[in-house]
Amino acid sequence: MSLNLFLQNLANGLSLGSLYALIAIGYTMVYGILRLINFAHGEVFMLSTYFLYYGFLIFNLPWWASFIVAIALTAVTGMLSERIAYRPLRNSPRISVLISAIGVSFFLQNLAIVLFTGIPKSFHRPTFFKRLFQFGGIRIQSTLIASVVVSAIFLTILIYIVYRTKTGLAMRSISTDIETSRLMAVNVDKTISITFAIGSALAAVGGILWALRFPQLFPFMGMMPGLKAFIAAVVGGIGNIPGAMVGGLFLGMSEILFVAFLPALSGYRDAFIFAILILILLFKPDGILGKNVQEKV
Amino acid sequence: MKKQNDKLFTILALIVLGVLVYLAESNLDAYKLRILNLGAIYVTLGVSLNLIYGFTGQFSLGHAGFMASGAYVTTLLVLPTYYKEMIFILEPLAWPFTVMQAPFIVALLLSGLLAALVAILIGLPVLRLKGDYLGIATLGFAEIVRIIANNIPQVTNGALGIKGIPEFSNLWWTVGVAVFTIYIIKGLINSSYGRALMAIRENEIAAEVIGVNLTYHKVMSFAISAFFAGVAGGLFACLLTTIDPRAFMFIMTFNILIVVVLGGLGSITGTVIAAFLFNFSLEYLRPIEAGFNIGPIVIPRIPGLRMVAFSVLLLIVILYMKNGLLGGIEFSWKGLAGFIRKIFPDKKSSEGSTR
Repeated sequence: MSLNLFLQNLANGLSLGSLYALIAIGYTMVYGILRLINFAHGEVFMLSTYFLYYGFLIFNLPWWASFIVAIALTAVTGMLSERIAYRPLRNSPRISVLISAIGVSFFLQNLAIVLFTGIPKSFHRPTFFKRLFQFGGIRIQSTLIASVVVSAIFLTILIYIVYRTKTGLAMRSISTDIETSRLMAVNVDKTISITFAIGSALAAVGGILWALRFPQLFPFMGMMPGLKAFIAAVVGGIGNIPGAMVGGLFLGMSEILFVAFLPALSGYRDAFIFAILILILLFKPDGILGKNVQEKV
Repeated sequence: MKKQNDKLFTILALIVLGVLVYLAESNLDAYKLRILNLGAIYVTLGVSLNLIYGFTGQFSLGHAGFMASGAYVTTLLVLPTYYKEMIFILEPLAWPFTVMQAPFIVALLLSGLLAALVAILIGLPVLRLKGDYLGIATLGFAEIVRIIANNIPQVTNGALGIKGIPEFSNLWWTVGVAVFTIYIIKGLINSSYGRALMAIRENEIAAEVIGVNLTYHKVMSFAISAFFAGVAGGLFACLLTTIDPRAFMFIMTFNILIVVVLGGLGSITGTVIAAFLFNFSLEYLRPIEAGFNIGPIVIPRIPGLRMVAFSVLLLIVILYMKNGLLGGIEFSWKGLAGFIRKIFPDKKSSEGSTR
């Protein structure tokens, strides 16, 4: 493989990885706080692309405005799903909440089929995002650059919120101990709502960048990216925000480079991701950046 | 109530069940039979998942993978030879599979055995993981099985799937296998093995301290669970007569998990009821999306509305019945007798009994 081709693949991997990272944040934040695998997160991601599509095409909004509308609507969807399906189960066994999440996932997926039909919709990208840039021998689409830059910006904002604001402090305290946080006058319900809003908003950013990169929308499009982003969260150390970013980048890179080096096995690219997951779980169950928590007897 | 009476009642109930199956087979149309068959297959799947998750406490999301392996083994063994030559168009079927043939029951057993073997191989390393991590790892394993099935057209016909599988599954088979599964798994959990499994569920460290071999018991439970999932996969293939890898996505596992949780974890009775309710409600919601008239208002055909209604139903059930439909109650003749006595109190027993 020539150096140029390698760099080209590296750029592709970096941009795919940053999308996974954005989606993975939602999984890892919710897991960190509620110990819930939010299987509906992939569907929230899917909805964001449809919000974008309708804002952009039907209501003819300028692209930046439709981005904002899509992010806001997705954040609201995430908060609503928490309010309706997860909050009433706060004191129930965790498996009930998981089933509830699966129910929400089914609901959103089929609601999308009813509202938007199952026929894939092609998304017309704004011309700005079709441009190609030439760096030496490698050609890079502007969406690739956009996804890396935009992800970096949003992830920086997120880090600021989580580690430098009071809301972030509340989130971190809830993830350590929900009961004690309540005693310390943390508004648990509000903080969890905010967590879902932030996670969903980041999924929407990921969804927008995804739609710009793979401009075809269908109701099941959230399943595989959702599952892979979740794997990214686990690989990075679930519950750990920098871990989700590292995991996302690692997974995106591995996926692209696997296909690049072994094109004959490209049908197995998803299997390769799952194999990485199982190996990481076996040898470093707490993920790349996870803390090792000893079980007390 | 004496033990012998229990046995007698069980035999009587089985005879009644046999008569019901006979009546159903000879009177119901193909559509209704399909729903009942699916329900019975879900019973097998649900009860087997309940063994590893409900009774052993190991969160396994790998059932779709075991089903898939079982479905393909059965299919390749029962598909007529001339048909095998005809159907594999992408790539011809690889050698040993072209000539392999077996009667249905042998095919089912081999499906189960292969699934159990796979479970032992994957379980030995993976069952060291706990809780959600185990769930994710087994989910990953099931997806790997599906992706492999997608990529070996010389064995599975790839994404095209295999059509025209002989329709061997009928109520005798599906209900028979379901009863057999319940019999074996109930026997297992009432034995010392079962108590070891439940000890592992309650507290692994404590179980290990009192001398339960964790690896051995977990892997055994996992393998038995996988065995029945594999058999159910074979039944599933011979019921639908067509399979392709997409049928075994993780949604399939979720469906089984829903059945087990709605029925109440660790309750076989609950699983049986939930398995049938799950399939009935899926089918009886069908008219919703077919389009209908309310007076002058014409509601057009809306594809997907059935599943929207189904997911809403699922959410309502899980939100309002937090411990499942039966709340972990297990059926027993004694319990039934007590229940009947409560509804129809005759003077003698109602005076004397204070519960």
